[in-house]
Amino acid sequence: MIYLTRKCEFSASHYYHNPNWTDEENRRVFGKCSNLNGHGHNYTLEVTVKGDIDPTTGFVVDLKQLKEILNREVVDAMDHRHLNKEVPEFATKIPTTENIAIAVWQRLEAKLQVAKLHRVRLYEMPDLFVDFYGEA
Amino acid sequence: MKAYLTRRYIFSASHRLHSDVLSDEQNGLTYGKCNNPHGHGHNYAMEVTVSGQVNPETGMVCNLVDLDGAVEHTILTRFDHQNLNTLADFATLVPTTENLAGVIYNILKQSLHSAHLERVRLEETMMNSFEFAGGAELRR
Repeated sequence: MIYLTRKCEFSASHYYHNPNWTDEENRRVFGKCSNLNGHGHNYTLEVTVKGDIDPTTGFVVDLKQLKEILNREVVDAMDHRHLNKEVPEFATKIPTTENIAIAVWQRLEAKLQVAKLHRVRLYEMPDLFVDFYGEA
Repeated sequence: MKAYLTRRYIFSASHRLHSDVLSDEQNGLTYGKCNNPHGHGHNYAMEVTVSGQVNPETGMVCNLVDLDGAVEHTILTRFDHQNLNTLADFATLVPTTENLAGVIYNILKQSLHSAHLERVRLEETMMNSFEFAGGAELRR
């Protein structure tokens, strides 16, 4: 078993708002993140896949294909977008780093054929990141 | 769904590595420059990882305000700009980064109530780092 990590970046805006709460409650829990005009981040995504090395190619996964899947499923969908308004998952879920990492996992898992998804690590800032391993 | 959230903090402190059970010569041999009687300092970078179910109401494992508050209150005010050897935590413990990681883990284990403490990772310099998960294997 070998692990391969591919990194990519995207920039997006978002805000945190729970429609079941009052404005005051939203402000209390989410602070500055509750500003409905939104704010943005440069996200760094690290996707780790695992599998056995193909004896013919020497690859665990074809990086070209992985890059293409990452670009199509994540970067094209989220880069320079407003996550709350333009990414369907966040019509009903708050686009926290946790929920974005889970959404990335769900978008990628079904598309990966040879290698198995091991970890999604998403940095919102250099000092804050979330890891998701597909655990229930 | 279970997720792991890591937050990174910086603090600066001085220390001297010296064991009372070793002779001066043995201390010199064991700790080298780190045994300098006047001590020296580091900018420590600390990563605190907590885990838990993502709360469907907030989308969060743990509110960062709570995590930052607990870390500020229990770790940063205690160790930042201090001489580690003068603190009660190191009265009988050599303030190596291994031991400091263990001390920090134990303090946070007691004081963090909003999420499960998964691990503490401590960088002493850019060249070396230490991780402690309370004795458990690390999640990779």
